Amino acid sequence: MSKRLGAQTVALPSRPGILAWASTAGQKEKEGPYGEKFDSIIPDELNGQQSFEGAERAMLEETIVRCAQKANKALGDIQMLLCGDLLNQIISAGFAARNLGIPFYGLYGACSTMAESLSIGGMIADGGFADAMVCATCSHFCTAERQYRAPLELGNQRTPTAQWTVTGAGAVMLAGGEQARHAGAVLTHATCGRVIDLGISDANNMGAAMAPAGCDTLANHFRDTNRGFDDYDLVVTGDLGHLGRDLLIELLKERKITVREDKLFDCGCHIFDARQDAHSGGSGCGCAASMLCAHLLPEVASGRLGRILFMATGALLSPTTTMQGESIPGVAHAVVIEHEGGKRR
Amino acid sequence: MSMMLMYIKAFVVGGILCAIGQVLILKTQLTSARILVGYVTTGVILGALGIYKPLVDFAGAGATVPLLGFGYSLARGSLEAVREIGVLGAFTGGITATAGGISAALFFGYLAAILFKPKMKA
Repeated sequence: MSKRLGAQTVALPSRPGILAWASTAGQKEKEGPYGEKFDSIIPDELNGQQSFEGAERAMLEETIVRCAQKANKALGDIQMLLCGDLLNQIISAGFAARNLGIPFYGLYGACSTMAESLSIGGMIADGGFADAMVCATCSHFCTAERQYRAPLELGNQRTPTAQWTVTGAGAVMLAGGEQARHAGAVLTHATCGRVIDLGISDANNMGAAMAPAGCDTLANHFRDTNRGFDDYDLVVTGDLGHLGRDLLIELLKERKITVREDKLFDCGCHIFDARQDAHSGGSGCGCAASMLCAHLLPEVASGRLGRILFMATGALLSPTTTMQGESIPGVAHAVVIEHEGGKRR
Repeated sequence: MSMMLMYIKAFVVGGILCAIGQVLILKTQLTSARILVGYVTTGVILGALGIYKPLVDFAGAGATVPLLGFGYSLARGSLEAVREIGVLGAFTGGITATAGGISAALFFGYLAAILFKPKMKA
């Protein structure tokens, strides 16, 4: 029996469960509209560490530990950690895994990492290869500025199209088999995105660079599953920001897809409000991850949202390709998350 | 009164040069590093062609403090040194003329790095 649906989507018939989740955010995110919902807030950008990079991985580690606690599991009971981040050689994930001792697969999907890890985790659980694993990712404003633009020490001015990298982390405990019985939310489908590049080369306008990939994955998901906006309570995108979201709507309309703008929820557009001077909105792995774990999963688990499509987009650029004038390839991965009302077959 | 006039001229000219940089940040994809290098190079060219000197005479610090003025000093120093010691001056004059600025940048940059820690803009 094939679990494949169409060209890019897989069904997860065993319905891997989401047992627990945890989120951490920074001070600026705390002041945003969803500030009350994060499990924990780091005291300042150094988070008690010597460097911003140290602060980021400590935040990730704490979030994973908290997620395990919320699921009533010891770290030793977790069979796999699927994790990645934005920094060179995904050091936040690797260094956090060093301290946690959980068997570790490092992922790189830029800001799509949360959806990528959930997709892969869902398939691993559905295949019966693990029944307790953590999918996690994080980002930090200060490390991302150094990684992609210029170190904060330079005091650079931001361009109006620039997005603000979210300082935050999210971790999700995925369970398969017997362990999934008590989950309030489950994964039912995953769509693997293609890498799309329409030639945008402005590293300060990542939303526009990622929107075409988002459109491609969304269109293919709808085609593969024979669904549309009406089949979802919310279609969530990670961090397109205001410019990227507008472009996504335009591109979907070009492909003759009926867009329900009231159902299109971009985490980057919502995590900060207008007075916070975040320009085009929030971005970074931690944007989608922290919003998923602070706001969306509780809504699904409680049944206020019945079925959502969670799609995170990533810009696959590096500082080297930017300096060499290359355009920015984008990718988008999507998973379907459904409410499970306690009744399992 | 003439002192006040000098301040106004310096403010207006310096302000215009900075405003051009701001427009470049907002309207083009140039990174700040490219804009900085572009300003210095433009200063060298305008200085060598003798176009920048009248602006310096008119606006004083308003023209010498922005990066264009640094480029202008590089060009002026090189030309003067060539006149005094020949071709070798083309290689030594520019840095000699701007030694004060370069050393000050090193010194104060080092001092700032020791005294302060970078932070996120509130």
